[in-house]
Amino acid sequence: MMQKRLKTVGWLAIALLGAYALSGVALQRGESINAIWMVTAAVCIYAIAYRFYAAWIAAKVLTIDETRATPAERLDNGRDFLPTNKWIVFGHHFAAISGPGPLIGPTLAAQFGYLPGTLWILIGVVLGGAVQDMVTLFFSTRRNGRSLGQMARDEIGSIGGTAALIGTFMIMIILIAVLGLVVVNAMKHSPWATSTIAATIPIAMIIGLYMRHIRPGRVLEASAIGVILLLLSVLGGGWVDHHASLRALFDHDGLPLAYAIILYGFAAAVLPVWLLLAPRDYLSTFMKLGTIFLLAVAIVLLRPEIHMPAVTQFIDGSGPIFGGKLFPFVFITIACGAVSGFHALIASGTTPKLMTNERDIRMIGYGGMLLESFVAMMAMIAATVLEPGVFFAINSPAGVVGKTAADAIATINSWGFAVTVEQMELLAKEMGESTLFARTGGAPSLAVGMASIFASAFGKSLLALWYHFAIMFEALFILTTLDAGTRVGRFMLQDILGNFHQKLGETSYMPSVILTSALVVAGWGYFLYIGVIDPNGGVNILWPLFGIANQMLAAIALCVATSIIVKSGKVRYAWVTGLPLAWLVLITSTAAYEKIFSDDIRVGFFAAANHLNAQLLSGLLSVEKAAVAPRLIFNQHLDAYLTLFFVFVLWVVVIDMVNICRRFLQGKHVLASSEAPYVKTILE
Amino acid sequence: MIRRISGDDAYDRYLMHHAQFHATSVDVPAPLSRKAFFKLWQESKWAGINRCC
Repeated sequence: MMQKRLKTVGWLAIALLGAYALSGVALQRGESINAIWMVTAAVCIYAIAYRFYAAWIAAKVLTIDETRATPAERLDNGRDFLPTNKWIVFGHHFAAISGPGPLIGPTLAAQFGYLPGTLWILIGVVLGGAVQDMVTLFFSTRRNGRSLGQMARDEIGSIGGTAALIGTFMIMIILIAVLGLVVVNAMKHSPWATSTIAATIPIAMIIGLYMRHIRPGRVLEASAIGVILLLLSVLGGGWVDHHASLRALFDHDGLPLAYAIILYGFAAAVLPVWLLLAPRDYLSTFMKLGTIFLLAVAIVLLRPEIHMPAVTQFIDGSGPIFGGKLFPFVFITIACGAVSGFHALIASGTTPKLMTNERDIRMIGYGGMLLESFVAMMAMIAATVLEPGVFFAINSPAGVVGKTAADAIATINSWGFAVTVEQMELLAKEMGESTLFARTGGAPSLAVGMASIFASAFGKSLLALWYHFAIMFEALFILTTLDAGTRVGRFMLQDILGNFHQKLGETSYMPSVILTSALVVAGWGYFLYIGVIDPNGGVNILWPLFGIANQMLAAIALCVATSIIVKSGKVRYAWVTGLPLAWLVLITSTAAYEKIFSDDIRVGFFAAANHLNAQLLSGLLSVEKAAVAPRLIFNQHLDAYLTLFFVFVLWVVVIDMVNICRRFLQGKHVLASSEAPYVKTILE
Repeated sequence: MIRRISGDDAYDRYLMHHAQFHATSVDVPAPLSRKAFFKLWQESKWAGINRCC
């Protein structure tokens, strides 16, 4: 009794502290606010949501059954189906869901100020993202670890299944292109960053050979050697940067770097996994976990002040990094960290096949996503501790603020953000770069933010080293996502082509491997190329497209979940997935509508195409701009139709789902539940 | 724990699984070598979606 009362008091205290911290974050005006309040608000909200909301969903909505054997137990084959310790599964699941997305999205969304993005990350994860991950994991575990596409087919129908498949493929293409663009913008005319990132390729190969031939399967010692080599490559990059002739080898424009990434992507998809992809993944996972942990420690130790205003004037849609109003674009820009449809593929992939007991689903599904959301919060902090003037100078593309340093500074000052040319030059020099202007994409500004936090916490003199360490760390797992995504795209394409010609479907048949890899690489390579030649920075086009695609996939996952909940006779709980679903449908449809029909040339695809076409016809463009204009115009049209296609697919699945629920409630025939029958567990 | 999470001990666990479930039957082939197992293990790991945004 006493203990129970103490517990209640404890949770009440956490709730009050969370509410106090959040109101501090939300209502503070005038003076700058400390980052520690954002961390406190986040941690308290996560704790309350996990303890109460997630537990309630587990008990009432899903009715988790601890006595039921999981597929890992029933189908144990010692390899992919394998009952595994819950912390190990948590580690695998988290490593799989958290890529570069939660670092990039919040950084871009910081153009609206720190508040909108922060609120969306917190509310979105508690009511949307973590719910989606958890229910998808649960439903897949109850269905022998079936994938989202299969579940959509079984529960909604073949249209839903096909939509999920196409959605997955398209999102992969756009995601890889935009990630490639982020790496290109970080390497542009930076011999240090370029040589360090280039060095990660042979390092991964050495580790791959070590694990395959010298000491097979010794993952830990190989990774330790690899991490040391990576740190040396950061130092080596600094040496290259100071070497007159070597420097020139790694000093390039965006376009040649984009071609290099495209070539690399093709090679990585064709090479055996043990040589490049698998060893790179070990390194990037260790680096990622280590760096994120270090960043959290540094933020708590240092308690930096947030310099960005709570809300900037760019909520009116005139933002320099991407065009579009606060609603709906902040919700599209931050997907990973709030709601990410991609996670539904992981939660219905490897993870359900490892679950020992259903009771761990809350911790792994809901808890894993909360941790990713925390990563997004730290990215938001790292971006907003920068002086806003500096933040906009790094992230605004030349097409918006002007090509020369003086022009860019004048534009940014005219928005009311103080920054000088000398300040930017000094900062670039401290970071070991020739310039930091127009490095759109999030990676460099995050690296500057991280470098300043790390340098203040662990040693000021090493600013340039910290900066390039941060760039290397981001590029490392961006390239892992790029390799893995290209390979998955290849498998999906081979699967489809296999229906037409059996031989093409064999994953080890070399001509098919080369053909499908080339097709996938050509797909994302095209969008990367357009992104690089686009004077407005490419991110302005590609990131919203990715956001729309990712939220569309999340909506499909929530459709599957909602239909299962309704069909299991729990229509009174359908709002748990129905509410985030309705919100996602609203924001993706609004964003898509604006991207297609807006008159603002920085928002509407057709408006941009028409504007450029008019300029081209009246001879207003310079020779070099006129040369690429037809390609940009074609691309704007393509993007508009692609967006239209995404919304169309989304609405087809939503209508299908509503129909199924309606039929069920009217007592008509619907597809039967594909849940595997109950078997009692014999584990402990 | 770290060995388990990184897959460092995957082969040891495979041998244990093999000894536990397959040792009694006569027609089951001998377990794979460390090298062959590791290759298979990695290839199956990377055959599906296991890295995200």
